[in-house]
Amino acid sequence: MNSESIIIFCFQACLCSYLGGAILSLVLDRWQKAANLIGFSCAVLGGLVGCVASILVLNRSIFPSLLVWPFQMPLFTFSIHLDALAGFFVLVISLLGLAISIYSLGYAAQYYGIKNVGALGAFYNLLLLSNTLVFCAGNAVFFLITWEMMSLFAYLLVSFEHEQPKTRQAGILFFIMSHIGTGCLAIGFLLLFKAAGTFNFGSFHRIGPQLSSLELNAAFLLFLAGFGVKAGIIPLHIWLPEAHPVAPTNVSALMSGVLIKSGIYGLARVLFDFLGTPPVWWGVTVLLLGSVSALLGVLYALVEHDLKRLLAFHSIENIGIILMGLGSSLVFLSFDHPVLAALALIAGLYHTINHACFKGLLFLGAGSVLHATRTRNMEDLGGLIKKMPGTAFFFLLGSVAISGLPPLNGFISEWLTYQSLLQGFGSTEKLLRLIFPITGALLALTAALAAACFVKALGITFLALPRSRQAEQAHESSGSMQAGMALLALACVFLGLFPMIFLPMLDSATQQLVGQSISSQLIAADGWLLTALGVEKGSISTLGMVSLFLVLLPLPVALRLVFSRQAKHELGETWDCGLDQLTPQMEYTATAYSKPLRMIFRAIYRPRRQVQADFEVSRYFTKSIRFETHIEPTFEKLLYRPLNRAILRLSRRIRWVQIGSLNAYLFYIFLTLLALLLWEKVY
Amino acid sequence: MKSWLLQAALQMVLALLLSPLVSGFIRKLKANLQNRRGPGLLQPYHDLFKLIRKGTVVSEHASWLFRVTPYIAFLAALMVSLMIPMVTALVPLSFFGGVLAVVYLLALGRFFVALAALDTASAFGGMGSSREMTISAIAEPAMMLSIFTVAITAGSTNLGWMVQAALQHQERFLSPSHILAFVAMFIVLIAETGRLPVDNPATHLELTMIHEAMILEYSGHYLALIEWGAALKQLVLMTLLVNIFFPIGVGARFSLASVVVGLAAYLGKLFLLASAVALVETSNAKLRLFRVPDFLAVGFILAALALASTFIF
Repeated sequence: MNSESIIIFCFQACLCSYLGGAILSLVLDRWQKAANLIGFSCAVLGGLVGCVASILVLNRSIFPSLLVWPFQMPLFTFSIHLDALAGFFVLVISLLGLAISIYSLGYAAQYYGIKNVGALGAFYNLLLLSNTLVFCAGNAVFFLITWEMMSLFAYLLVSFEHEQPKTRQAGILFFIMSHIGTGCLAIGFLLLFKAAGTFNFGSFHRIGPQLSSLELNAAFLLFLAGFGVKAGIIPLHIWLPEAHPVAPTNVSALMSGVLIKSGIYGLARVLFDFLGTPPVWWGVTVLLLGSVSALLGVLYALVEHDLKRLLAFHSIENIGIILMGLGSSLVFLSFDHPVLAALALIAGLYHTINHACFKGLLFLGAGSVLHATRTRNMEDLGGLIKKMPGTAFFFLLGSVAISGLPPLNGFISEWLTYQSLLQGFGSTEKLLRLIFPITGALLALTAALAAACFVKALGITFLALPRSRQAEQAHESSGSMQAGMALLALACVFLGLFPMIFLPMLDSATQQLVGQSISSQLIAADGWLLTALGVEKGSISTLGMVSLFLVLLPLPVALRLVFSRQAKHELGETWDCGLDQLTPQMEYTATAYSKPLRMIFRAIYRPRRQVQADFEVSRYFTKSIRFETHIEPTFEKLLYRPLNRAILRLSRRIRWVQIGSLNAYLFYIFLTLLALLLWEKVY
Repeated sequence: MKSWLLQAALQMVLALLLSPLVSGFIRKLKANLQNRRGPGLLQPYHDLFKLIRKGTVVSEHASWLFRVTPYIAFLAALMVSLMIPMVTALVPLSFFGGVLAVVYLLALGRFFVALAALDTASAFGGMGSSREMTISAIAEPAMMLSIFTVAITAGSTNLGWMVQAALQHQERFLSPSHILAFVAMFIVLIAETGRLPVDNPATHLELTMIHEAMILEYSGHYLALIEWGAALKQLVLMTLLVNIFFPIGVGARFSLASVVVGLAAYLGKLFLLASAVALVETSNAKLRLFRVPDFLAVGFILAALALASTFIF
């Protein structure tokens, strides 16, 4: 068997096992344990062969797309293609799907007898299936169908715990927003269809110049909005912090890690592959949207004390960072710097897989906490590092990675982003070039705020004293849950320490999108150094840092062994200002932790607070006090509510059209037909 | 290879020995400016040696994170001190990470210290941790912008190259962009090293301390490592300030003559900058916490102006 047929076989096996998993879960519905075991095992298998297939695709030096499965239908050809870009995203979903499915084996056990585990397994497998198909659909109609299937299954999973009214609302919000996005995409694809004459992605390649500039810009904006909704770009993000927290955690991890990446995939596919050389303002728009999303995402995350909502806001932040890479890549394309464009694109794609790994890991960690304590509220947690040492360790690794700290993977992709922004300064026109360092400074602010946020999330959740009885009685999660987290933690370490092994796999993707493969220019000194297109422009070596750390470690250890061997090392109480005993109430809370930042950025948060106190005798003797603080949901208030009201008003206005008589409706159809015929005649 | 190892070892020894002296010098000069005699110049060495020999008391609520943090913070600062140009422009380990890696490695140390501060369940720790992370976050944009200004002029983020590029264009030392970026970076230095008017390194008053509140629960050799790490970090930032903005006297080769000249120039510049820090500390009162963002915003604006003036002038 040659490599192509191996790839095709593996990929077909991947799709089949997802489908098989879905069917078997439904069939075994009665026997919940079996449904869980077999359903998620199929997903594990699918993820595994998907990884194999996509790694093989990415290692091919030639990149024409592989036709995996052609369906001949009367009207359309439904073809499944695997090219380098699709292969990269299939790798992301398969890797994450593999880890999350292992985790789910343990996680879904909590639903035995309460919920329908068979349905969970079935929808989960179908979501994986449809999302994988989104990445390799070779035809616009088929793409939209899989896109809708993906949204539908995600909706069903988001509303899985539908007993809570909040969950239902979140599900509906997600559904509506998804459809607005799909509507934009449909119009966008029709514009491309007008020029190409077919819906095949192959014939859309570099079709931009055939459209009029108005159509072209309209297509750009439509695709940006359509994919932006799914990716969660601010201000189209409002569904994200609602839907992610209420879904079962394995689903949240999958949605945050992969589903929102399908928006990034779409943007990469359309902007780089279809629309051709972009005007400058496209790239600048994407770059600015990216930095605004990154900064606002992390700012909203900071004031959140629901662990899963906090992570959801961080997804917005990281999508912003990815868009900064894509946006600067577009700008470089406009100025005809394909090598720099490839560098920025690599930064974006690298951050895509990084975010999938560490955000998946963090969501799984949050899921374990939720599983063990039944609460997502950080103010009720604490001290879990002693009860759940494994989970705490993995959460720590994820936090270091997402904060962009060396030596883990987040650092690599943020460093690449900085480098492409820095080199953008010298490669563009006068005033425009200022955008790059300024967005770089915003990225620095974002990363530092993310670090602050994760000190808070980790510190309040896992360290110090437990703040509630649930937290006190927490227990470590099961083996399969820890195995799922360990796999993603390993991926974070691998992507952080060995970029030289992973980067060549991005070559064919950049070759396909911007016509350059530059991994050999990024790697120097036998793989020890990662450079910014040449050692003289800057280099890092995470492997070198770790080795240096290990070489220097004996120094402080020796100091201790030599000088304080005889000294006493004892346990003692924490300084409590002389009170009897330290209680959890005296600890710093998550709300208090973010207070300075809430004050500094109050122009953005517009915090409101209410203090209600009951007094005895005089106002210096408080009997009870109640404190409430809110931050204003700016976008809902300023953008969505007025829009909502306007739509309702409009629909009341035109309601008379719907009179309930069949004859009238037939008349409408006739009129429409007539109007269309006239239109055709006139133009 | 051999001279490379020798260089790295020498630089490590220099950084380890010099960093407490800089702290002692600032403390002494501050005392003299305030008409006090103050502790001797060598007091920080005595303190460190005393702490290293002492036993430790660790909070019963603390986890393993509390115990590994001093090692991480110390080693991160020590690693960074090997990646920056001190005496010659041939930086032993500059290829392991340029100026961005320096910033992020220091952030790694801070991340763990801030976590450990929360680990003991003390409210002081939480307060210090929250404030430290806040201030460092809002100092970050100014720091990055002023670094970018130099990096863009040099066309590299590698510190060795940045110094060599600056040495070839000595006429730029007094250009507006250079001076503005230097002042911005100086403001960042004040904030990052916890100096007045941002934080008072000498206070142990509950409501005003920031860095001290974070490390309140540390004792013995753990405290020694943290203090030494903080001194190293201060040295690193000051070295960046004097050597990437004004690399006068920095040797271009590794030879005895250039090392002697480089060392003399380096020490001279370093203590000049330390005097400036002491002067600022003496002549300013501590800012209220919520005035600090304004102070750092000044730094940001200066850095942005510096950047803009790179292509205006």
